[in-house]
Amino acid sequence: MASAFEYAPAPESRSVVDIAPSYGLFIDGEFTEAADGKVFKTLSPSTEEVLSEVARAGAEDVDRAVKAARKAFEKWSALPGSERAKYLFRIARIIQERSRELAVLETLDNGKPIRETRDADLPLVAAHFFYYAGWADKLDHAGYGANPRPLGVAGQIIPWNFPLLMLAWKIAPALATGNTVVLKPAETTPLSALFFADVCRQAGLPKGVVNILTGYGDAGSALVTHPDVNKVAFTGSTAVGKAIARQIAGTDKRATLELGGKGANIVFDDAPVDQAVEGIVTGIFFNQGQVCCAGSRLLVQESVHDEVLHALKRRLTTLRLGDPLDKNTDIGAINSAEQLARITALVETGEAEGAERWSAPCELPSTGYWFAPTLFTGVTQAHTVARDEIFGPVLSVLTFRTPDEAVAKANNSQYGLSAGIWTEKGSRILAVANKLRAGVVWANTFNKFDPTSPFGGYKESGYGREGGRHGLEAYLDV
Amino acid sequence: MPTTAPPLADATASDSALRRFLHGLPGVDTVGLEARAAALGTRSIKTTAKAYAIDLAISMIDLTTLEGADTPGKVRALAAKAVNPDPLDRTTPRTAAVCVYPDMAATAVAALAGSGVKVASVATAFPAGRAAPAVKLADVRDAVAAGADEIDMVIDRGAFLSGRYLKVYEEIVAVKAECGQARLKVIFETGELSTYDNIRRASWLGMLAGADFIKTSTGKVATNATPANTLLMLEAVRDFREQTGVQVGVKPAGGIRTTKDAIKFLVLVNETAGEDWLDNHWFRFGASSLLNDLLMQRQKLSTGRYSGPDYVTVD
Amino acid sequence: MSDGRLSVFKTYKLYVGGKFPRSESGRVYEVTDPKGKWLANVPQSSRKDARDAVVAARKAFGDWSGATAYNRGQILYRIAEMLEGRREQFVREVADAEGLSKSKAAAVVDAAIDRWVWYAGWTDKIGQVVGGANPVAGPFFNLSTPEPTGVVAVLAPQGSSLLGLVSVLAPVIATGNTAVVVASADAPLPALSLGEVLATSDLPGGVVNILSGRTAELAAPLASHQDVNGIDLTGAAGDAELAKELEAAAAENLKRVLRPSVSRHRPEKEAKDAARPQAVDGSDWSADPGTHRLTAFLETKTVWHPTGALGASGSSY
Repeated sequence: MASAFEYAPAPESRSVVDIAPSYGLFIDGEFTEAADGKVFKTLSPSTEEVLSEVARAGAEDVDRAVKAARKAFEKWSALPGSERAKYLFRIARIIQERSRELAVLETLDNGKPIRETRDADLPLVAAHFFYYAGWADKLDHAGYGANPRPLGVAGQIIPWNFPLLMLAWKIAPALATGNTVVLKPAETTPLSALFFADVCRQAGLPKGVVNILTGYGDAGSALVTHPDVNKVAFTGSTAVGKAIARQIAGTDKRATLELGGKGANIVFDDAPVDQAVEGIVTGIFFNQGQVCCAGSRLLVQESVHDEVLHALKRRLTTLRLGDPLDKNTDIGAINSAEQLARITALVETGEAEGAERWSAPCELPSTGYWFAPTLFTGVTQAHTVARDEIFGPVLSVLTFRTPDEAVAKANNSQYGLSAGIWTEKGSRILAVANKLRAGVVWANTFNKFDPTSPFGGYKESGYGREGGRHGLEAYLDV
Repeated sequence: MPTTAPPLADATASDSALRRFLHGLPGVDTVGLEARAAALGTRSIKTTAKAYAIDLAISMIDLTTLEGADTPGKVRALAAKAVNPDPLDRTTPRTAAVCVYPDMAATAVAALAGSGVKVASVATAFPAGRAAPAVKLADVRDAVAAGADEIDMVIDRGAFLSGRYLKVYEEIVAVKAECGQARLKVIFETGELSTYDNIRRASWLGMLAGADFIKTSTGKVATNATPANTLLMLEAVRDFREQTGVQVGVKPAGGIRTTKDAIKFLVLVNETAGEDWLDNHWFRFGASSLLNDLLMQRQKLSTGRYSGPDYVTVD
Repeated sequence: MSDGRLSVFKTYKLYVGGKFPRSESGRVYEVTDPKGKWLANVPQSSRKDARDAVVAARKAFGDWSGATAYNRGQILYRIAEMLEGRREQFVREVADAEGLSKSKAAAVVDAAIDRWVWYAGWTDKIGQVVGGANPVAGPFFNLSTPEPTGVVAVLAPQGSSLLGLVSVLAPVIATGNTAVVVASADAPLPALSLGEVLATSDLPGGVVNILSGRTAELAAPLASHQDVNGIDLTGAAGDAELAKELEAAAAENLKRVLRPSVSRHRPEKEAKDAARPQAVDGSDWSADPGTHRLTAFLETKTVWHPTGALGASGSSY
């Protein structure tokens, strides 16, 4: 929308980050090539520019990394908790120091706006390490009995939507409890994990405690099935999560699975409307909607439907889509061509099934992967866009008449990760929250995260919790 | 003169109708409102956008002196500054208005004659508003008679906080009737209203009563204009225009001292009420020291050097 | 003291409200090492200094207790960082104060640094360990959370001038209380230097206030002060009569009292301590600190809120 007050470009300086032309796997404290010498390229999704070439791990590399982690486990798990704590505090501080560099890197590799990596991802990453650092010497007080023991080697597979934050969610509790890890970042966003390896070096972390394997699903599968891996932690799609659950059947391996979602954001007629609109926007357009706990289904009470939709559309026209490095950008790029194709296909299905599409009027850059903020009205429970996770900036709007109906519709999903409730009436918040089958319920807010607060899903959104005191359990032999 | 459109006419029919209407407005969630204001505060306004914003901000200032120690000399100096803010750069825009006490209005009118800079006068026993209704109206008449183009009145916060909304409403209507051609700014003293729900109610009450501007504060209490309360008032004028077709201005006052602050407020205007309000007919800053900071930043943009307080005029 | 250069002595001052005043009384007293060698003259604080310190602590309480637990943790960790940076100075001061060898003093300082780290980690966990949801038998949400009690007077241990001091101070402020500390009377120098560390650690002024002087003289007005909410009597461990008087005075406004650890009878340690009078604290400061010092100055607040049913009666949900 043209305005008299045009914001001039305000790009964050790219020079704060120095990306090498190629990276190896980080195994036993050293960067090393893949055994078979394979590599792959990682792109900037906003420009399609090649950022770097990284090693592609295979089964042999997985074995090397697991052996290194196993070797390191003996000493690491025997360290006094207070010493492990100090390593993690060091990591937290180094991340704080290097946060602008890491934010720019993450924005380049992922395509999300610098405003988010700077103000959300990186502060949460540092906070997560800081929080779990404090647990390392307090495990006796965590409610799992005296002197709880670690599990051993953790194989961790993380997604591309919050690369460094998901790394923190995985590595911080694992290390605090005395496990060692082999972590595989997603193939489209390998760089921040490799930079994290350098953070470990600066922190003086003993070799083999953290191993980073860049690669594809085959490496992930090899990691999950490796006989010397004691624990699998996975965040990603429900389909892969189910495959992992099958793969570890009959073994002693523990698993936590953080999978898909189709979060209901329920707006009652007595909601604080302006804040609800902000919450709807945050719920589905934060990180271009590529968030497992996104509020992708808006359930709005019929009596305020028109008012809320009018305000929502007005607000969406002010969203600024474009260069993710520009400090004023609200909506960045979609992470990959594949993801863009998936979003596009689902939106086409939505139109074909008769839902009414509205997209914010914004110009899309000519290179890179982009999708305009979009919403569907006239959606019913039967529509594909009301059931399938789109994982993109697409909101499906449904209506309800009574609280009962809102809850019934919200729960009518194979997923159960998140939900939102907007009303000024406290007892309604608590009553609805009680009935929702979702692991995280936000009331009069949305997409809030904190290291002290456990996160995870019901039903096909996965099992296990990450974060908080509860997040320790996933890495303890209890 | 704009009048209340039919859909809302019933709202002021009685004390209980007005109460029902104001209490039926959507609630304000404090955390969410403040988070939105803070998020907009992270906008990065550079180069050409900054130059535009600085000139716009200067043109929106109600250059204010409201001290017991005010004298004609002080007011004339302020008027000169309003007309010619930066003697080193004649391309600098003039401020919107000079804001004074009623007894200084005539001096300001004379000093600003022909300049295009308006004279705003506070009235209604500013800043406390604790006087008999007749005294308050006399105060307004004085200022209007002295030639003030704009009247900045204070509402009766005591009446508002005790729920006597119709009394507040009727007082504004009465003041408006005394204003003649002068535009009326209604000051809520948001710091005393204390809650955001109250600020939203006061905004609608003021607009229903015919305010041309709604204004945050007097500058005389601990909490004056903030990004959050101004954002809330911008939402109110936006929604009021959508419902009634009547556009009302907004004036944050007090506590806005730096260019950075002023630009944050302009971002709020741009992204909440929209560009129709990006004009000094619809948005003002009640400020004094802000002007010199804007001038120093303006000099920086044109010369590339950081300026200092010796290069702007001190009045 | 090389090449005959005359060193510059440091003037030790109190730490109150983020500033470094002398005692309003103008008094000082001489501090020596255990062998009697002069170390410094330190302020001998008065009742009025104690009163000023309480005012400063009260003023700081709102913001400090209102800060996020994460923020308090960051600041406590910063204290550890700053203390680590001045490690050599504290090794020297502790060695002088307690008559320890350099290596033993170094171990004490290291333990004191690590203790800040321990409590830095507690700020955002204690609520999860001692608070929680209560499954009341009714349609109510019911949640108990710990909150700081307010201004706490801390009589620091007489023997352990740094590790003991940190062990009693850190848990008080970790949970959001503010503190008025009476340093070890005979070995106050590490405490006064700690004030300099605190002042450069992003800790808001007034959260910790440190007074040197005669313990009994300062403890009495603090124990009876109506605007002090809690008192840790550790520094009175060696004087059962004083401890009893202070506890009785504290009863006037029902201060939360942390008694000196006399009840923990450890004959072996007491015999050892008796041979080294400065070590009579009744506590083994190198032991696992546990959580009792955190919970000593916490209030538990329980909030009830109806949940009710969703719709009218007979609702299917």
